[in-house]
Amino acid sequence: MDRVWVLAETVEQGPTALTLELLTKARTLAPAVEAVAWGPDTASIARVLGEHGASRVYDVGDLGGRLPGAPVAGAIAALIRDGEQPDAVLIPASYDGRDVAGRLSAMLDRPVLTNVTGLAEQDGSVLTEHPVFGGTKILHARFTGEGPGIYVVRAKSFASEPAGGGAAEVVALPPVDVGPTGAATIVQRHVEEASGPKLDEAAVVVSGGRGLGSAESYALIEELSHLLHGAAGASRAIVDSGWVPYSHQVGQTGKTVKPTVYIACGISGATQHLVGMKGSKNIVAINKDREAPIFSVADLGIVGDVHKVLPALIEALKSRT
Amino acid sequence: MHVVVCVKQIPDPAVPGALDQVTHTLDRSGKLVMDDSDSYGVEMALQLAGDVDGSEVTLVSMAPGGETSGLRTALAMGAARAILVSDDALSGSDALSTAKALAAAIRRAEPDLVIAATESTDGYTGTLPVQLAELLGMPSVTFAKGVSTDGTTLEVDRQTEAGYDEVRCPLPAVVTVTAGVVEPRYPSFKGIMAAKSKPIDVLSLADLGIDPSDVGVRGARQEIVDVADAEARAGGEIVMDEGDGAARIVAFLEQLKVI
Repeated sequence: MDRVWVLAETVEQGPTALTLELLTKARTLAPAVEAVAWGPDTASIARVLGEHGASRVYDVGDLGGRLPGAPVAGAIAALIRDGEQPDAVLIPASYDGRDVAGRLSAMLDRPVLTNVTGLAEQDGSVLTEHPVFGGTKILHARFTGEGPGIYVVRAKSFASEPAGGGAAEVVALPPVDVGPTGAATIVQRHVEEASGPKLDEAAVVVSGGRGLGSAESYALIEELSHLLHGAAGASRAIVDSGWVPYSHQVGQTGKTVKPTVYIACGISGATQHLVGMKGSKNIVAINKDREAPIFSVADLGIVGDVHKVLPALIEALKSRT
Repeated sequence: MHVVVCVKQIPDPAVPGALDQVTHTLDRSGKLVMDDSDSYGVEMALQLAGDVDGSEVTLVSMAPGGETSGLRTALAMGAARAILVSDDALSGSDALSTAKALAAAIRRAEPDLVIAATESTDGYTGTLPVQLAELLGMPSVTFAKGVSTDGTTLEVDRQTEAGYDEVRCPLPAVVTVTAGVVEPRYPSFKGIMAAKSKPIDVLSLADLGIDPSDVGVRGARQEIVDVADAEARAGGEIVMDEGDGAARIVAFLEQLKVI
């Protein structure tokens, strides 16, 4: 392995945490780490990308509101067709990252390995790790065909650490015409600001599930998370039912969280949920059903009614302050 | 407007999943059902078709052994017809090979709009719809939590990390819908009876002009090396709530110095 590329995703504050995690990991896989970024001001993130190991950042430029999938993948595919030879392309498991991965896969005619939570070099190829069956089993896989391998990696699979390098060299890429495939355009952005810490950054996460019985009872989850200075999460079941917005969802299709304490209230612990929270340092579960799978990962399990335990817990915490 | 919905027929999720001991691929030998994630796409397609005069909904699926039970469920909801790609040589296909087979079938249907779920419940790679869009030469909008169309342009509310984006996209296009985007209807008795006589066109790789060595196990360019038990979490303390549940949690949080 000589060269690894990392798709660098940026928000207003700079590269996403997952981008920096991937750069950090890429350093252990190959001597040359390079990033591919897009946006109006890639030069402004060159320092942070460099600190985390990127010697160079290929800049796709401002997309003018177009969704990144096709134009960004098109730029990467053009680089590779022109002779650049990365051994691996690491892509964040995010909304836009998954779009880029799918496009790039079809453009280059290379398969993709998704839901990657571990990467290690073995005999010159990359061995990946994927949790299956709710994380009870770990599957190892690898590519057997021609490179580059395309890997979509889940958040918080690796730590992020700066290496102390200088700013990455910014290489502007020429525009690539992707025709009608790049025609989806953002007309208006809507930011749903939640108060308090972010779900995937909070030290305490309190999540609610179907066992709450009704959308109204989610107020208990919000109140408890507020008292603990944490964030409020949810199972897919109650998001699908429309009780809370998707942004609260913890699990395979939602956020991956690894807080100091995770409190699961009325959540049975379906595979889809466990994958997103099993890495929490401590897990507390409250559920009526002693057989619920959530208890298999709980450090403290209370077999009981959330409608009795939660109000009592909220009272107890309030009386302390 | 012609709407195509991708429907995956998967092993019943209520039955614990298993991997084949030799190939490590998911065991699909039992009865297959329609993936619940796809019921939202089917419902969305039916609603959008209802908004534009002269519209029709076609289902496209790929499954072994000519399996149609999951498709019948979606036909009973109201889709007009189905295309099933079924060929022994497709067994063990990765997402890209599957996308190639589905793209070949979908191209024949000449759709204005292709709808899929964001990811399947059994494989959850979540890359197929976008691979499909690229192979079809169409734009794509993934993670739609709201969709409307006039038959020419698609308006989508797309989920983002921060909230959602309003996205506009000309047709033909591929859109993936999240669960909960619409409330899927239950098939009526009349619908179930009607579904029995709706046409299902079964296509082989030869029908689609695809070389069998490009897909399936032979065409796969990735392999599963091994499957191991994950490190189990140390057993915790599970107690019945005798009115002291809250106090126990408080003590636990104190011990962790969270409070």
